[in-house]
Amino acid sequence: MTATSAVVMDADDVRRAIHRLAHEIIERHHGADRVVLVGIHTRGVPLAEAIAAAIGEFEGVAVPVGELDIGLYRDDLSRRRATSLARTSLPVDITDRPVVLVDDVLFTGRTIRAALDALSDLGRAERIELAVMVDRGHRQLPIRPDYVGKNIPTSLDQRVVVSVAGVDGEWGVFVRDGEEP
Amino acid sequence: MRHLLTIEGMSREELEDFLDLADEFLEVLDRPIPKVPTLRGATVATMFFEPSTRTRLSFERAARALSADVLTFAPATSSVTKGESLKDTALTLRAMGADLMVVRHSATGAAHRVAQWVDVPVVNAGDGAHQHPTQAILDSLTLRRHFGKLDGLHVGIVGDIRHSRVARSGLQAFSTLGARVTLIAPPTLLPLDMTGWPVEVAHDFDDVLADLDVVYLLRIQQERGGATGFTSLPEYVRRFGLDDARFARLRPEAVVMHPGPMNRGVEISPHVADSSRTLILDQVRNGVAARMAVLFRLLASPGEGT
Repeated sequence: MTATSAVVMDADDVRRAIHRLAHEIIERHHGADRVVLVGIHTRGVPLAEAIAAAIGEFEGVAVPVGELDIGLYRDDLSRRRATSLARTSLPVDITDRPVVLVDDVLFTGRTIRAALDALSDLGRAERIELAVMVDRGHRQLPIRPDYVGKNIPTSLDQRVVVSVAGVDGEWGVFVRDGEEP
Repeated sequence: MRHLLTIEGMSREELEDFLDLADEFLEVLDRPIPKVPTLRGATVATMFFEPSTRTRLSFERAARALSADVLTFAPATSSVTKGESLKDTALTLRAMGADLMVVRHSATGAAHRVAQWVDVPVVNAGDGAHQHPTQAILDSLTLRRHFGKLDGLHVGIVGDIRHSRVARSGLQAFSTLGARVTLIAPPTLLPLDMTGWPVEVAHDFDDVLADLDVVYLLRIQQERGGATGFTSLPEYVRRFGLDDARFARLRPEAVVMHPGPMNRGVEISPHVADSSRTLILDQVRNGVAARMAVLFRLLASPGEGT
């Protein structure tokens, strides 16, 4: 299938969105002293680190960043081949602290459902919020984001790709036609 | 991979995949709630036709930590005493809903046979003196976690090699992962045919002692005739036991391993057994994570091929 690719956000757009997400998190929490960011593997982790760096720049606080692999919590293991597991680690105990889950794209909501299960096994957070770079719609579960970089209406046969500085080269968001591989 | 029956022929990538998964499962076992829902709804049957406590418990702990249900088959209280065959037992457990079978049997090839009879994954938990693949994986995991890698390590496996499935599967895994393996035993406790084995052989423990990074001690398998391989127990202890004097001559960074159950005062002195340089309890702890990796790989991500 010939896939056409459209740039929806370039590196500067993503950087501005990261800064806005950081400001929104600071505003809602009246600072960021107690907030813990938890990125979902793979691309949620560098995104969480970028947001934490921006919060550090604006507020002068070091926000702890954890990483979460939800491979063991998927509800579709029997339907797809699980690959290797990535690391799950939290630098601090999340119990009684506000947690912001960070992922690149919010789609069906199943990844977030799995992440919520995983997080509740790791501690009892005071509250859990969700930050995503792209909300592309098509939810299959009652899950909504608290912080959104950009809403991008898509059709089901499109793919949304967030490229991450350090992992894929430069920051950017692309929409591609054609089925998920 | 459909079954785990033997280490023989397994590639370095396949072995390292198990070790990488097991590393993550060790993290799960460290959590306040050491349990994940991954295999919820799956049933793991353990069929142990030979007495075993630690291996069966380790598999069952691994299955439960992944939220699988466990069917335990214990021959002492079962129809084996009424003459039921291995095949009928396997088919019965399958009919009860077993999604994976863990088989230990005193006959070489028992797990292979079960794998031909049932349409679910089979894990060999020890067949006679042949193979014990999950022990090899957990031992490799223990060494990799302690030393960082197995490449270049010199591992000496000491004792009743002839009757040891632990030695057979272990030496294959260690050498595939880059270690140099020396078998240390009297000729009577070595296999008659070691053609093609990637090992060196030493009949005198003291000759190689100071060159080893790892001393892997085996138990004399009296139930398999291991005690006929030497004239007397004191003679064996004198020549092949890791006593305090030999322990003192090891390299300072060398470690001691044992698959258990150990006989204090025979292959290992009580002082060595309790030393901080033995990894025996690490092996037990890592065993649960290694078996979680195996169950996960076979049940949650079978992939292609056999």
